[in-house]
Amino acid sequence: MSRFFRLRVLAFGGAGLAALLVAACFDLPGFGGGSHPYGDRAVRASLARRTANVISSVNFDQRAYDTLGEMSILFAAVLGCVVLLRQNRDEHRDRPEPTEVALPVRRYALLVLPVALVTGLYVIAHGQLSPGGGFQGGVVAATALHLLYLGADYGALERVRPIGVFEVTDSLAACSYLVLGLAGVLAGTAFLANTLLPYGTFNTLSSGGTVPLLNAAIGMEVASAVVVLLARFLDQAVEIEEEKGS
Amino acid sequence: MADAVIVVALLLTAGAATAAVAVRDPARQALVLSLLGLFLGVVFTVLQAPDVGLSQLAVGSALTPLLIMLSVRKVRRRGKEGGK
Repeated sequence: MSRFFRLRVLAFGGAGLAALLVAACFDLPGFGGGSHPYGDRAVRASLARRTANVISSVNFDQRAYDTLGEMSILFAAVLGCVVLLRQNRDEHRDRPEPTEVALPVRRYALLVLPVALVTGLYVIAHGQLSPGGGFQGGVVAATALHLLYLGADYGALERVRPIGVFEVTDSLAACSYLVLGLAGVLAGTAFLANTLLPYGTFNTLSSGGTVPLLNAAIGMEVASAVVVLLARFLDQAVEIEEEKGS
Repeated sequence: MADAVIVVALLLTAGAATAAVAVRDPARQALVLSLLGLFLGVVFTVLQAPDVGLSQLAVGSALTPLLIMLSVRKVRRRGKEGGK
C-alpha cells in the first residue's frame, strides 16, 4: 500500500465518522432538559434499596457485572505492567542514596500525607452515601502514600509499603468481589444480585445491602493495584540500572 | 449563571489542553496535564457529575502526571549513562 493510498483510506474513514457524529448530534435531546428516562428509573431502583448515592447503586447493584469487568481490566493492566517492568537479566539494583529534601517540601508533604490518606479512606467508606466510592478513594489513598517519597526518601516509602503484601491484597480483593457475587448464586438468586443482606436504614453507613461490601472490595483492589503499579514505575525510575558495558 | 460557569470551565479546559499540546518538554507537559485534569474535574462537577469529577481529579491530575514524571526520569537517566 502506498502512502497516498493509505492517506485516502484514512480520509475516507475520518469523513465517514465525522458525518455519522454530526448526524447523531442533531438527534440528541436538548442540553439540560427535564426528561431523563434512564435517570428516573435508576433513582427509583436505588431508593428502593436504600442506597443514598445513586451512582454507587448503579455501579455496585444495578450494573455490578460491568464493574466486575472494569475491575478485571485494571487487574490485568497492572499485571501486564508488573511483567513488563520486571528486573531483566542484564540489569541490577542500586540502592539509591538518601537525598536532602528541601525543608518546605518535607514539611508540606508530611503535613498533607495523613490528611490525604484519611480523605481517601473516607471517600471509600462513604461510597454508598456521598459522591465518590472505591475507585476514587482507592486512587487518592494510594497516591497519598507516595507523598512520603516526596517528603522523605525512597527508603522510607519502601519501609511502609511492603510490596508483596499489596500484591496479595490486590488479588484477594479481586477474589472477594467474585465471592460476593457467587454468594448470591449460592443463596438461590443470581450472580451479584443485591438480595442477600438487609437493606438497612437509608443514608447510614451500613445501608444498601451488598453495595458497601462490593464498594470496599473495589476500594481495596484499586488502592493496592495503584500502589503496585507505582512501585514498579518507581523501581525502574530509581533503583534498577542497566549493567555497565551492555 | 450556571451556564456562565460551564462556559468558563470549558474555556479553561480548552486552554489547558492546547497548552498541553504546545509545551514540548515532557516534564512540563506532565504539570500542564495535571492542570488539565483539575479543569476537567471542575467541568464534570459543574455538570452535576461529582463522581466522575472525583475520578478525573484522582487519575488525571495525580496518577497520570506521576507516571509520566517517573517515565521521564527513567529515560533521562538512561540517556545520561549512554552519553558517558
